Amino acid sequence: MFEIWDVHVHLSGVPGATPEERLERLLEGAERLGIARLCVFMGMKWSYDPTPDDMRRQNDEVLRAVKRFPDRAFGFVYLNPQHTQASLDELNRCVRDGPMVGVKLWVAMHCNESKLDPIVARATELKAVVLQHTWYKITGNLPGESTSEDLAQLAARHPNATFISAHSGGDWERGLRAIRPYPNVYGEICGGDPTAGYTEMAVRELGPERVLYGSDAGGRSFASQLAKVLGADIPDSAKRLVLAENTKRILKPILREKGIKI
Amino acid sequence: MNLEPSRRDFLKTAAVAAGAVLIRNVAVAKPADALIDTNVYLSHWPLRRLPCDDTAKLVAKLRANGVTQAWAGSFDGLLHRDIAAVNARLADECRRLGGGLLVPFGSVNPKLPDWEDDLRRCVEEHRMPGIRLHPSYHGCKLDDPDFAKLLQFAAKRGLLVQIAHIMEDRRMMHPLLQVEPPDLKPLADIVKKTPGLRLELLNVKLPPLDLLKAGDVSVEIAMLEGVGGVGKLLAQLPAERVLFGSYAPKFYFESALLKLKESPLTEEQLRAVRCANAQRLLARKQLS
Ligand SMILES: [Zn+2]
Repeated sequence: MFEIWDVHVHLSGVPGATPEERLERLLEGAERLGIARLCVFMGMKWSYDPTPDDMRRQNDEVLRAVKRFPDRAFGFVYLNPQHTQASLDELNRCVRDGPMVGVKLWVAMHCNESKLDPIVARATELKAVVLQHTWYKITGNLPGESTSEDLAQLAARHPNATFISAHSGGDWERGLRAIRPYPNVYGEICGGDPTAGYTEMAVRELGPERVLYGSDAGGRSFASQLAKVLGADIPDSAKRLVLAENTKRILKPILREKGIKI
Repeated sequence: MNLEPSRRDFLKTAAVAAGAVLIRNVAVAKPADALIDTNVYLSHWPLRRLPCDDTAKLVAKLRANGVTQAWAGSFDGLLHRDIAAVNARLADECRRLGGGLLVPFGSVNPKLPDWEDDLRRCVEEHRMPGIRLHPSYHGCKLDDPDFAKLLQFAAKRGLLVQIAHIMEDRRMMHPLLQVEPPDLKPLADIVKKTPGLRLELLNVKLPPLDLLKAGDVSVEIAMLEGVGGVGKLLAQLPAERVLFGSYAPKFYFESALLKLKESPLTEEQLRAVRCANAQRLLARKQLS
């Protein structure tokens, strides 16, 4: 029997007029597939380069949603490093003073830039994990869209921080190689097609302790993403780590600090 | 886990309430139920080895997951020029290693000279019930007269025609092998002008609803995404239009199977998607 924690979920792609309704829809889908907990970030309407106001609005929506389902969902705070001070304030508001347990960084700025350093340093003080979107697109990345190599540079500067390479670079055969030398970077396998061999390579190259299951629901289906682990030709012991144990282990310090029992 | 659904659901709900949801396997119905996978491939993906790209292994995987029949195309049909050999190998593998499970769907490239004979061999020599087309890998747009002609010939021969829309994510293609998925718009016109044409779209991300309602056009679920995607699609289409397809071994087979579990489907819907629609689609050959 596998316990499942999903480390990458959004309040999008499902019907619902409020954040609470949307999270409820997501949890219904998750429950049908036996997924116990969801990490949720970004609001009902996204932006590539959010203003400080927009950042707060999106985080407020996540705060509302996770407040309704505290036993089933955790929030990550969405930050825009272009607005360094506003991001630090938001980090304090949502993580230090609020219930959130991680940081989500998307496509506002390449993550190897020095503007990220104070944010990563503060997140690490607060024991929050940092989840950074990474993708390699042959069709062209967005101007501020990070690759796995960008994240590797950031991780090298912050050996004590815990990073999650969201999507493992999308082009995972490239992305997994880029993060391989950095033990503080976890490869998360969500968001792309359920191409067979993905999880096998991730487990082989990073070790089963550094691979995390996530879905990118509601844009993606829980089913297609969960299949990447349940359908992979890896031992059950590795599936157990990827599906929940690794995420629980990296969240444990901050959950303990917040008195959340798991 | 052979519990009755109600019992299973109760246990699951109870477990969720305790904050500890557990999943063991991905079984969606009793093992005795038929399951027809309308989208599998034999041979090798050109750019990567896959865990199940060996016919015996694939058959074992499908069987272990309850598949009772699988419609198989060949990855070789994408780039090989000797299509006659591709189809002969496909038919032979299905017969020798399929154990009664694999049904071959041959390739035809309408941009090669005398493709008509490949089509003839599919029907007369290999007794295939259908063909699987990869027009973008053959440099053939769907409004190309050669493509319309191919569909007309196939319809006359009573062949079910599968069109594979997307073979891999456009964003992560090999830099030297970038293939645009074909624009499906011209199909509506072809369907209208081709009496007796039975069409199934494979590997579609956004099912073209108008086209699917227009003629005898079906779609499978391998690339369908979103939470509860199958249920949402069934709400928008006649139930007989939606078929089960996994795109194994390129995709993890379990993806399609879990999608049936993610949507709350009635027994009737489940039966239609798992097998009844595919059975009916193949059976219509005898009528036409
Ligand atoms: Zn995402």
